[in-house]
Amino acid sequence: MDSGNLKVVSLLRVMRPAGQGSGSGCGSKGGDGKSGCGSSAGQGDLSPTVWEKVKNHPCYSEEAHHHYARMHAAVAPACNVQCNFCNRKYDCSNESRPGVVSERLLPEQAAKKVLAVASTIPQMTVLGIAGPGDPLANPEKTFRTFELVANFVPDIKLCLSTNGLMLPDHVDRIAALNIDHVTITINMIDPNVGAKIYPWVFYNHKRYTGVEASRILSERQLLGLEMLTARGILCKVNSVMIPGINDQHLVAVNKAVKSRGAFLHNIMPLISAPEHGTFFGLNGQRGPTAQELKLLQDSCEGEMNMMRHCRQCRADAVGLLGEDRSAEFTTEKVMAMEVTYDLASRQAYQEKVEVKRQAVVAARNAELATLAGERSDISILIAVATKGGGRINEHFGHAREFQIYEVSTAGSKFVGHRRVDNYCQGGYAEEDSLETVVRAINDCQAVFVARIGGCPREGLKSAGIEPVDRFALEYIEQSAIAYFKEYLARVRTGELMHKLRGDADIRQGALIA
Amino acid sequence: MAYKIKETTCTGCSACQNECPNNAIVEKNFLFSIDPTKCTECVGFFDEPQCVAICPIPRTINPNPDVPRFQAAV
Ligand code: SF4
Ligand code: SF4
Ligand code: SF4
Repeated sequence: MDSGNLKVVSLLRVMRPAGQGSGSGCGSKGGDGKSGCGSSAGQGDLSPTVWEKVKNHPCYSEEAHHHYARMHAAVAPACNVQCNFCNRKYDCSNESRPGVVSERLLPEQAAKKVLAVASTIPQMTVLGIAGPGDPLANPEKTFRTFELVANFVPDIKLCLSTNGLMLPDHVDRIAALNIDHVTITINMIDPNVGAKIYPWVFYNHKRYTGVEASRILSERQLLGLEMLTARGILCKVNSVMIPGINDQHLVAVNKAVKSRGAFLHNIMPLISAPEHGTFFGLNGQRGPTAQELKLLQDSCEGEMNMMRHCRQCRADAVGLLGEDRSAEFTTEKVMAMEVTYDLASRQAYQEKVEVKRQAVVAARNAELATLAGERSDISILIAVATKGGGRINEHFGHAREFQIYEVSTAGSKFVGHRRVDNYCQGGYAEEDSLETVVRAINDCQAVFVARIGGCPREGLKSAGIEPVDRFALEYIEQSAIAYFKEYLARVRTGELMHKLRGDADIRQGALIA
Repeated sequence: MAYKIKETTCTGCSACQNECPNNAIVEKNFLFSIDPTKCTECVGFFDEPQCVAICPIPRTINPNPDVPRFQAAV
């Protein structure tokens, strides 16, 4: 794949991974000196080798999320830790939506399923094992599955998510199997904080409770992280933000994991409701608001790459974002399938994606160049209705989520998603569903759409959010920068008063329905 | 005495099965049960019954009143 490699080299300089970008300050993330001021933030702090490993990984790059898919194999039901945000009747909520039970597969069944999905869906590039319990509490099933898949579907990347308790014991095996990404969920580094999150852990044939449980867990997590990064295995850290318990503390967690070589930190909002039956849900522990989450992510960003696009997808979903095809791949159907594995067509698909991605980046950079020389303290948020491909190509009423971009004279950056229910569901728009959308994007100055009806247009305006459809089908970031230039001009002429907007809601549940 | 799994609350997570030193825990169609002739209450292996210590659902694994207490062979 020579041409492929050439493309990769040029992309190294221009692409941004994982929804993190230049940030608004220049000096804050110099890294190895590659990122300049805004325009060529590229892969941020990531080294070229790391970026090469993650750029097609749907979990690490917002925009790879639209082109590539990952699947999880539910081969690991047992767990060795009890979390207060988890109801053990269901899947682990670290990587999936609370309250969902996935089917349980034996390693052989899982391998066959991966083979079947990879043959049908060329976008499928990643197999993760994340549960339903903890993969390393089920080491035999987990590693057997990886071995089988590595044999039959060699071009699939393998990744693993764990609570970290047993990680140090398995690092050699992880390295031997060529598992190149490991996600550790680390919610604290202070056992006193941990005691409010973890009632117990099972370690060394004993159940530990209280502060001691969290002390063991934390030591093992950090040791495992160090051991993995020492072997060059990529480590991402997930943290669940629990207001009043670990929200402030996560800044310290961020420093601790960065200094031990984690390449990405994903701070996720606690999803908590009484009907999930979790300790937190039953005790009225709330999740963070959009602004609280963004503030925390912003305060960590100077330290390391933050991951902003995680939607806490359902772990057993199959397919691209928003189009779940898991019904085609039930255990029964998969076992009956005849599959032929076509490596060439998979590669052809992946090359096409590279070309598309470059076009998006080029458009953004061209527009950004026209902003050079402008200086202003103003920064705004824009909500975008998109089906993917980096374009504004979704009707307002059909949007199931909005992507949020932050724009300033330093450039544009993706800062997160907001889920909304289908505004148009059932044909006619209802007043209260517009309210839902407004609450979800209430911190945005404008919303970019491909089309929008008269009613919601008026509703948005009276809520102080400008509906914009003149960039329909254009590239998102290019349009965002163009809009921002006009915005600055309007503020300058006095046509517009720049006001900070309010907070917004984070809606429950995963996007892949 | 052996231990016994309460089927109505067991989630079938298999955690107990992975830990049992005597392979006393068997699964049939996602239903887990303890073979009273194999369970030693972990005597001779560990200080606490492993299945009880790892089971995530409180009061799901309990002493089996129908079976006399295990006597370690002398
Ligand atoms: S759960 Fe988060 S990390 Fe995993 S695929 Fe979804 S967005 Fe990516
Ligand atoms: S008490 Fe020990 S020996 Fe008996 S079933 Fe549980 S783990 Fe096995
Ligand atoms: S650990 Fe408890 S819930 Fe899990 S299978 Fe054993 S008895 Fe059932």
